[in-house]
Amino acid sequence: MVSLTAEEEAMLGGESGAAVAKAMELLVRYADALGAERFVETNNIAGVPGSSPQWVKDHYAADGGDYRAVFSRYDLDSDEVVDVPRMNAFSCHLQGGMDPEFWREQGMSEAAHANFVSDSAQVEAHGIQLLKTCTPYLAGNMPVRGEHCAWMESSAVVFANSVVGARTNCEGRESTSAAMLARRIPDWGFHRDDFRLGHHSVSVEVPVDSIFEWGMLGYYVGDAVQDSIPVITGALSDANLIRHKHFGAAAASSGGVEMYHMVGITPEAPNVEAAFGGSARGERFVYDAAARRRIYEVLNSVGTSTDVDYVMLGCPHASIEQIAEIAALIEGRKVSVNSALWVFTSRAVKAAADASGYTKILRDAGGYLMTDTCSAISQAVPKGTKVAALDSAKQVHYLPAMMGIEGWYGTTAECIDAACTGKWRGRLEGRLA
Amino acid sequence: MSETIEKPRLVIHGRKVVGGVAEGEALVTRETISGWGGIDSNSGTVIESRHELKGVSFAGKILVFPGAKGSSGWSNAFHLARLRGTAPLAMVFTVMTTKIALGAVVMRIPTVTDCDADPLEVIRTGDWVRVDGDAGTISIWDRKPG
Repeated sequence: MVSLTAEEEAMLGGESGAAVAKAMELLVRYADALGAERFVETNNIAGVPGSSPQWVKDHYAADGGDYRAVFSRYDLDSDEVVDVPRMNAFSCHLQGGMDPEFWREQGMSEAAHANFVSDSAQVEAHGIQLLKTCTPYLAGNMPVRGEHCAWMESSAVVFANSVVGARTNCEGRESTSAAMLARRIPDWGFHRDDFRLGHHSVSVEVPVDSIFEWGMLGYYVGDAVQDSIPVITGALSDANLIRHKHFGAAAASSGGVEMYHMVGITPEAPNVEAAFGGSARGERFVYDAAARRRIYEVLNSVGTSTDVDYVMLGCPHASIEQIAEIAALIEGRKVSVNSALWVFTSRAVKAAADASGYTKILRDAGGYLMTDTCSAISQAVPKGTKVAALDSAKQVHYLPAMMGIEGWYGTTAECIDAACTGKWRGRLEGRLA
Repeated sequence: MSETIEKPRLVIHGRKVVGGVAEGEALVTRETISGWGGIDSNSGTVIESRHELKGVSFAGKILVFPGAKGSSGWSNAFHLARLRGTAPLAMVFTVMTTKIALGAVVMRIPTVTDCDADPLEVIRTGDWVRVDGDAGTISIWDRKPG
């Protein structure tokens, strides 16, 4: 059984109100399920509090069928409906269901949009930051090393643990909503030092430099180590935020990697010894030319048609640097009449793209810069889509399976080329071909 | 009531994750399961492209598997399955994660882990299984007893 401080006992007893008590009840059940012995305090929460499609609200019709009912009965898994106050922790809303401006283009109904507007107003009224992104760290919530967080979104979790050295498990909707009220999360997993040490080695023996290469390596690593912690050494170069973003998202999708060490690159891996907490252990995997080719083939195994009718970029949500690159690639060109181009980002980054002129360049070319969501989250693709081109291994992993379409994986430039020509001409070329 | 109740083939013991008692037919897989993007909550069916259970429903079954993988939407996808009435009856798993712990809690189904025998070895799809979450016991029959 999890042990509680006097303050936590008081919260559970209702001294901070009924909603906080229900939040603590759920967190105690969760901590006991994990076998956690105590809680850690956290003031950095990212989740999807209270947002729900209409059918979930209808499910709780007898309880009022509103935000309050859903937050109580679903988010807090409470048998009673309680008044939900403003959140007590610094709380952020991650990605949502549609673009606030281009929802019609995404095929959303008036009713679904009205529900979206209503949920957004409630999120705002409860003191939750409307970041609406899978990349909170690019939109105003960058944690620091050692900070205890409670985040959802596997790609953001792996980034926070690995690149920043912040501490979060891969939390879920209900635990993050409860933590927003109680400012507590079970002291288990990545909150603890020994849990963060490496399990297996990955030796990189082909040059991995671009976003495209980092994405493929991530997909390989996740497949190799599943949900354990890899310690990666070798021919990795040009580390930056975007490359880490694509690597981590891919590794979290093909396996379930929630933390990785790159020796000499990530903060908890100054050397191999530090990454493992001693000498290397576990298995040793080698990423060589053959492994690289195999991963490329796996990522390009869903489909055969080279007639691309949809290009989706921005998984995880594009950074301003990526949007600048996309704008440079497409300026003066036009999206093919046989294709469509949707680029996804956060509202914060879109504001910067608007100010920098990139949104207009993209629009003039016939593409869209959208926020809040992506095709996988919203299950929205342009009408009649059969073949998509993507520059994200994570999106290739999910979108074709979810939507029953074909998918190609390539570089951002290959994807822009496909958007403008309607043809896929990507290949694994260059020095290793 | 018959006077002799058929003895289980085997009883194994583990740790309670979520209490309660349920019994039903086992569905066993050696592969972890994704929640969001990996299952259809409406039908309680695995949809992941290369999964050995693709197209198979876990609704009303005792789900025996290594555990959860993939998106942080795991608990949400299985919680929605509970609302739709397509959740498993109980779960037995081998690898603890935050995803499966939270998912088990919000589905409110008897769940056991840390067993004294490998459940993936000793339980077969189609076995009749009784999971007592509070006691941490899993009783296994070849078929529904009595």
